Amino acid sequence: MQSNAALEYDYTVAKMFTYVTILFGFLGMLVGTILALQLAFPELNYLIGEYGTFSRLRPVHTNTVIFGFTVSGVFATWYYFAQRVLKVSMAESRFLMILGKAHFWVYFIGALIATITLVFGISAGKEYAQYEWWIDIVIVIIWLMWGVSIFGIIGIRREKVLYVSIWYYLACFLGIAMLYLFNNMSIPTYFMTDGLGSINHSVSMYAGTNDALVQWWYGHNAVAFGFTVPIVGMIYYFLPKESGQAIYSYKLSLLSFWGLMFVYLWAGSHHLLWSTVPDWMQTMGSAFSIVLILPSWGSAINMLLTMKGEWNQLAENPLIKFMVIASTFYMLSTIEGPIQAIKSVNAIAHFTDWIPGHVHDGVLGWVVFMTMAALFHMAPRMWKREIYSKKLMGIQFWMQTTAVVLYFTSMWVAGITQGMMWRAVDEYGNLVYSFIDTVTVLHPYYVIRGVSGVLYLTGFILFAYNMYKTITAGRELTEEPQFKTPMA
Amino acid sequence: MDIQDIQGYGMFFLTIFLTVILYWYIIYLYRSEKKGERDFEKYGRIALDDSIGTPPVEDKIASERENTKEQIK
Ligand code: HEM
Repeated sequence: MQSNAALEYDYTVAKMFTYVTILFGFLGMLVGTILALQLAFPELNYLIGEYGTFSRLRPVHTNTVIFGFTVSGVFATWYYFAQRVLKVSMAESRFLMILGKAHFWVYFIGALIATITLVFGISAGKEYAQYEWWIDIVIVIIWLMWGVSIFGIIGIRREKVLYVSIWYYLACFLGIAMLYLFNNMSIPTYFMTDGLGSINHSVSMYAGTNDALVQWWYGHNAVAFGFTVPIVGMIYYFLPKESGQAIYSYKLSLLSFWGLMFVYLWAGSHHLLWSTVPDWMQTMGSAFSIVLILPSWGSAINMLLTMKGEWNQLAENPLIKFMVIASTFYMLSTIEGPIQAIKSVNAIAHFTDWIPGHVHDGVLGWVVFMTMAALFHMAPRMWKREIYSKKLMGIQFWMQTTAVVLYFTSMWVAGITQGMMWRAVDEYGNLVYSFIDTVTVLHPYYVIRGVSGVLYLTGFILFAYNMYKTITAGRELTEEPQFKTPMA
Repeated sequence: MDIQDIQGYGMFFLTIFLTVILYWYIIYLYRSEKKGERDFEKYGRIALDDSIGTPPVEDKIASERENTKEQIK
């Protein structure tokens, strides 16, 4: 394994996952936009029979954006940057190449089948864990393949030190493996009913409050290890590389890593405030959620300080703009979450539209922005072509930023209105409003969210188009750009 | 004391313990840099100098060779 001049990084697998990230991103957000419009205009529920109803499509949306878009974005960026910071090419190991390709195909075919099962209503009925047990097994295999691939390439590296982004991706791998396994433990109903039930359909192994606790230990940490940790890993590589500035404080990046690991795992019970779980556990969930601001902002401020003295790049380079606004939205949602976890605030916020509002300023502003920026950065290096259009990127940026702002502001107003109306009582203690009163009041905000969905989706289509044109028609580059991504 | 109390106290002391470890880690990071044992900030260069031709910030193969030499001694 001597280094020689002809050796190059091999991006075959990274490219395959890039295509799929774009595909699932489009599909997931298309369905999200349909959902948003259905909430505003309920007649849209009946366009294609049972397959087009809100309840059928909602899990299709959440699972496609999480396990389709985000996860394949994580894989695409992993197969790109890991080689670079470990200073070893995948082409140096036949085993890793074959494994990488197999990982892709099992993932892609598995994800397609899984999505189709949800469209047909084959579901275990547990939020974010809807896939039936046999799909779960395939998912475990896919995850293990990625694991072997990760440790395989780490094993043959030339760079002794694991760059901090690798730590974050490792945490993503280990965290999701543990969470997914425990939460998805289930038994086919056939075995519990003397053969009356179904082999295909399973129910959770946990019941009642225990089920809720495991569910939100999983659910919240899926946010941690799926939406936070790998995305922080992404920005720690792509922002320094794009700007030519090393991380402001490497020590702070390590410290906030351990801070996140330590604190996140205990915060999940903030999803169960005022419920039947032990009181100390609820208080613990609230307390840890507030402490979580520290490591979260530690990372975000570290990213912003990386740009110290280089803020002119923000005006010149739209990719820096994407990444800086991503870390800003990360800061917004990691201050908003802890506020919602305060028990008295949660009494108003829980079950209202403020929650999807919070989810989407995080995912649209942080996860999707950062993933798109990473793919834009990778494209000229992988296909050796200049980005097709800087202008288009600028239009996309403003379109999507406006969309995110419309999404979360409308949901803030809707959520707080809803929360206040539900709890309003007259002087005798009777409820002032019935449920339908809230629905009527919320209609305009749902329309605004629908518009925001259309805007965001259009922006994503511009992104896909720009990527497509870059790959097929971008000006060819003779050598790899060192820092700033070249664009026409 | 029932099981809930035990869980609560257990959690409390575990938290204190982990907090101490985290603070110890901060001290470790800064102290080892002050003593000149390690320079963490140079690892930030790994992302910047990442083309396959540039030498690693800390060469794994070279450092393994060093280790075996020391063991032989
Ligand atoms: C065009 C972009 C998008 C639109 C218009 C959209 C719209 C929606 C809508 C209408 C809901 C249902 C809310 C409800 O039940 O009241 C929803 C739920 C959700 N979406 Fe999206 N979405 C988009 C993109 C995304 C992305 C990219 C992600 C993640 C990467 C995501 C993650 C989620 C999650 C986790 C939920 C469940 C939230 C909860 O239970 O409170 N969405 N989305």
